[in-house]
Amino acid sequence: MAKAKAPAARSTNTRSEKTARGPAKTAHANGHANGHASGHAKQHVAAVTPAASAAGRGWDYAPAPETVKVAIAERYGHYINGRFVESAGGGTFETINPATEAVLSRVADGTSADVDAAVGAARAALGAWQALPGAERGKYLYRIARRIQERARELAVLETLDGGKPIRESRDVDVPLAAHHFFYYAGWADKLAYAFPGVREPRAVGVCGQVIPWNFPLLMAAWKIAPALAAGNTVVLKPAETPPLTPLRLAEIFHVVGLPAGVVNIVTGAGATGAAVVNHPGVDKVAFTGSTEVGKRIAMAVAGTGKRLTLELGGKSANIIFDDASIDQAVEGIVEGIFFNQGHVCCAGSRLLVQEGVVDEVVRKLRLRLKSLRVGDPMDKNTDLGAINSRAQLEKIRHYIGVGKDEGAELFEGGAGALPSRGYFCKPCVFTGVQPAHTIARDEIFGPVLTVMTFRTPEEALLRANNTPYGLAAGVWTDKGSKVLHIARKLEAGVLWLNTYNRFDAASPFGGYKESGFGREGGLHGLKPYVNVDA
Amino acid sequence: MAHTVDKVMAEQRAASFTKRSIKASAKRAGLELALSMIDLTTLEGKDTPEKVRSLCRKAVNPGDGTAGLETLPAVAAVCVYPTMVGAARKELDRFGARGKGVNVASVATGFPSGQYPLKVRLEDVRRAVEAGADEVDMVISRGEFLAGNEKKVREEIAATVEACGRAHLKVILETGELETLDNVRRVSDLAIEVLHDTRADHGFIKTSTGKVEPAATMPVTLVMLEAIRDYALATGRKIGMKPAGGIRTAKQALHYLVMVKETMGVIDDGDAWLTPEWFRFGASALVNDVCRQVLWLSKGRYSSRYDTAEA
Repeated sequence: MAKAKAPAARSTNTRSEKTARGPAKTAHANGHANGHASGHAKQHVAAVTPAASAAGRGWDYAPAPETVKVAIAERYGHYINGRFVESAGGGTFETINPATEAVLSRVADGTSADVDAAVGAARAALGAWQALPGAERGKYLYRIARRIQERARELAVLETLDGGKPIRESRDVDVPLAAHHFFYYAGWADKLAYAFPGVREPRAVGVCGQVIPWNFPLLMAAWKIAPALAAGNTVVLKPAETPPLTPLRLAEIFHVVGLPAGVVNIVTGAGATGAAVVNHPGVDKVAFTGSTEVGKRIAMAVAGTGKRLTLELGGKSANIIFDDASIDQAVEGIVEGIFFNQGHVCCAGSRLLVQEGVVDEVVRKLRLRLKSLRVGDPMDKNTDLGAINSRAQLEKIRHYIGVGKDEGAELFEGGAGALPSRGYFCKPCVFTGVQPAHTIARDEIFGPVLTVMTFRTPEEALLRANNTPYGLAAGVWTDKGSKVLHIARKLEAGVLWLNTYNRFDAASPFGGYKESGFGREGGLHGLKPYVNVDA
Repeated sequence: MAHTVDKVMAEQRAASFTKRSIKASAKRAGLELALSMIDLTTLEGKDTPEKVRSLCRKAVNPGDGTAGLETLPAVAAVCVYPTMVGAARKELDRFGARGKGVNVASVATGFPSGQYPLKVRLEDVRRAVEAGADEVDMVISRGEFLAGNEKKVREEIAATVEACGRAHLKVILETGELETLDNVRRVSDLAIEVLHDTRADHGFIKTSTGKVEPAATMPVTLVMLEAIRDYALATGRKIGMKPAGGIRTAKQALHYLVMVKETMGVIDDGDAWLTPEWFRFGASALVNDVCRQVLWLSKGRYSSRYDTAEA
């Protein structure tokens, strides 16, 4: 180990000396290298200039901010019947950048009169739209998809500004996947007669009232609108109260591609606006993505009205690591599962179930991995965790972290460096020593908080995984195919990922059961709720 | 339980390192760091002593003769065939302390195939060391491993460690012939165990000879780094890593540095593997691409390929 000691001579920097000497000390402590160190006369291994060695002792990334400036108007109205209009009530609410708490814009607060106008426009547009040949409707969808691609950078920046998610995710996931959904359903528009066996002339359902959540504003709008339009329906979409800007930008795209007036109407507002959409008698189908609590209220409101309903609700999804899994890759899947979009993901793998024999290794490696997660400015291209979407959500997450500690679980916080002083930020959190009865193991937190539990046998894994009112998603990590098939059949989850997590594709159906809702989005399954197959 | 590797997620993780945006001061520091980690290599049948001399000059002063590149560090080593070791050492020493600081690495053990009797391969190693090689890059018997004769592979590595004497050993796995990441991990673990058991000083594992495609890839390097990391976590000891072959651009090199930082840096806050002591690039074209990127940073324009001297 003489060569490892040599660097003292070639650097004036104390830290790099310490680093360079590290292995020599350790080696001696382990009893290695003694004896044959004396034979090493040469000392010119790894000759570096001081400049390079200074770099090596802690090379960090410089700020890499996304620099594109996006125009944001001072006020935004609803998009009704092909026009941007103020709210009938004149009310507005502000939307802020959760990373800086700066007000970005004011958005119209939808009233029942606005919803009425939107539903009326959608009803008026319905006949001509569903009478269009499928290939013509497909052309509009293709145009929308291409416009999303052309304006990808603008949309990504806007999504990150308004919602707080890292620009890397907006750029690499939200926007491309939104375009992908339009491309995918454009392809079905002229093939409806072949989509569902036995249904030769599938018809549109009618006017669709769609209410979407705040975690993926653009993507959820795409998931909802694309299949509806492909099948000849018209739409009234109510984005989340915040952030509403990318769905409104999508309305601009509808406008510039010449989508006929009234085919898609967007009414912004809070819960009351959403309720007005759901309860409007002119709506034929309701599609909702959001919390289980609101979903239940919608189900009750819609019951007996003859309206069709699909619900994509909450989750507390299990990510199950067996002892024969590839551990380093499983750790990546755990991180992807719970920290993607700050954990604001309905299918987040928030309950980690690890087989007893590997729990120490998994937790150790997970903690190491957490150290490399970069929390901070969402506009920096190297940020892994951006801002929590709103102050209310941050307070909710903090509440659960407090409850987790009070109930006796052990908290580990990751992330390199301190959090920004302004904005809503939360470090990635991992709780170990969690019991299935703990609140943090039962409630959907919708934040970067992972609970780790163990199991000994596959049956126990199943018992624990299914011990939840939710049934949205699950992950299974094992090298053994037969084990996957056995477990998959018994897991109560609508979406199952094997040796991966949080992978999405427009051709793949997504949705849950139990209290996670019903109906599917994506793929042929996602088209069905928008097609009248009874005829 | 032996470590298995899931190919899909390993590739996904490796690709994630390429998404890091390395700008300004981080880029400059990263480029200099990458340069200082290069084993500047020429391994052609047509190599001449004259070419090796040019290579040595480039190794000592990568920006030789180009304004704006005077402060660049020397590379870590030159890597040549055993017959060129003497010439390389002699040429490097002509540059004084700076030249003496550059190691001479020699490929040996019947490189690149290694398909010779062990006795011949060990003799090859001894001659390279006698000629002045500071580092020896050996290639393992992939056939023996694939046939299930792990014991034989272990014995050969152990014998090569001994033949190296005071020279440092880099064990080439030739991952392009191992095909699966599971195999890459198994051979990495195997080689690391032998380096541990033989108390080899400053051992490295290395991806490729550069004579087989694919040579170094990011997933393969990631899996090897993970093996090194697991060993470090278990024992507190270090093993070096050298991806070789196919790393031609500065941008690729920065991606590798990101991978080292985020894979190894987390077990040691000092980024202990981000030094030429424990990480090397086996490369030749990379040096000039780094030089061109450094010029771009200072001048704001791209230089032509003839603005910097070829080795």
